[in-house]
Amino acid sequence: MTLLLALAVGIAGGVGAALRYLVDNAVPPRIRARYPWGIAIVNLSGSFVLGAVTAAAPGVWLTIIGVGLLGGYTTFSTAAVDAARLIMERRFTAGVAGTFATLVGCVALAGVGYAIFA
Amino acid sequence: MRLHPAILIGLGGAIGTTVRYLLSLAVPGVAGIFAINLSGALILGWLLTALKMRGPDEGRRSTVRLFVGTGVLGGYTTYSTFAFGTVGLLGDGEPALGIAYGVATVVLGTGCAALGILLGRRFPMGVDPE
Repeated sequence: MTLLLALAVGIAGGVGAALRYLVDNAVPPRIRARYPWGIAIVNLSGSFVLGAVTAAAPGVWLTIIGVGLLGGYTTFSTAAVDAARLIMERRFTAGVAGTFATLVGCVALAGVGYAIFA
Repeated sequence: MRLHPAILIGLGGAIGTTVRYLLSLAVPGVAGIFAINLSGALILGWLLTALKMRGPDEGRRSTVRLFVGTGVLGGYTTYSTFAFGTVGLLGDGEPALGIAYGVATVVLGTGCAALGILLGRRFPMGVDPE
């Protein structure tokens, strides 16, 4: 690890996090109130692109884009807190089914993204 | 000075991502990402609940939520690396391990977030709930 690479990863992560906010906010609040679709879209799209980038991009770029940009863009903590809130509100279908659908969807899309560009 | 939320989140995200990168160098592979995601879920559950207990989402509370919650903790945790790590285990002929890693992360992650929420209700940062 070089300091320059760590700096690049950090900056890319900041850009990714800001992008996550913009994509999440592009989903109308009326829809987000029913289910956190914004974060689901972010995590699904980011997982697909990470699969593709892992297959296509060489070493240092994979670190900057994969660990930095896409790592900062996608998030686990918000998805987990949203799921916990839904379950604690007794909205079990949204909380449990949404969590597992997101898991299966993200893993499948990461695999497909990799397979396309491998 | 009021920063645009995207700038605030970007600054926080840069910090969180750097911390995750350094930790994942220290603990490579899925074990490091597993620990990062679970700890991030716990802290975010506590933070968002504690902020809500203190008052409405405005002013400094809103700034902390966006900078630390959406930015630092959002950038610290990751779904894409987790998802691709699961793909890696499934593709390496370790299907049982891949499924266990995926399911354990979301189930324990949700549990950690719920624990954080409960802790936030009990310990909302120096505010007397009475």
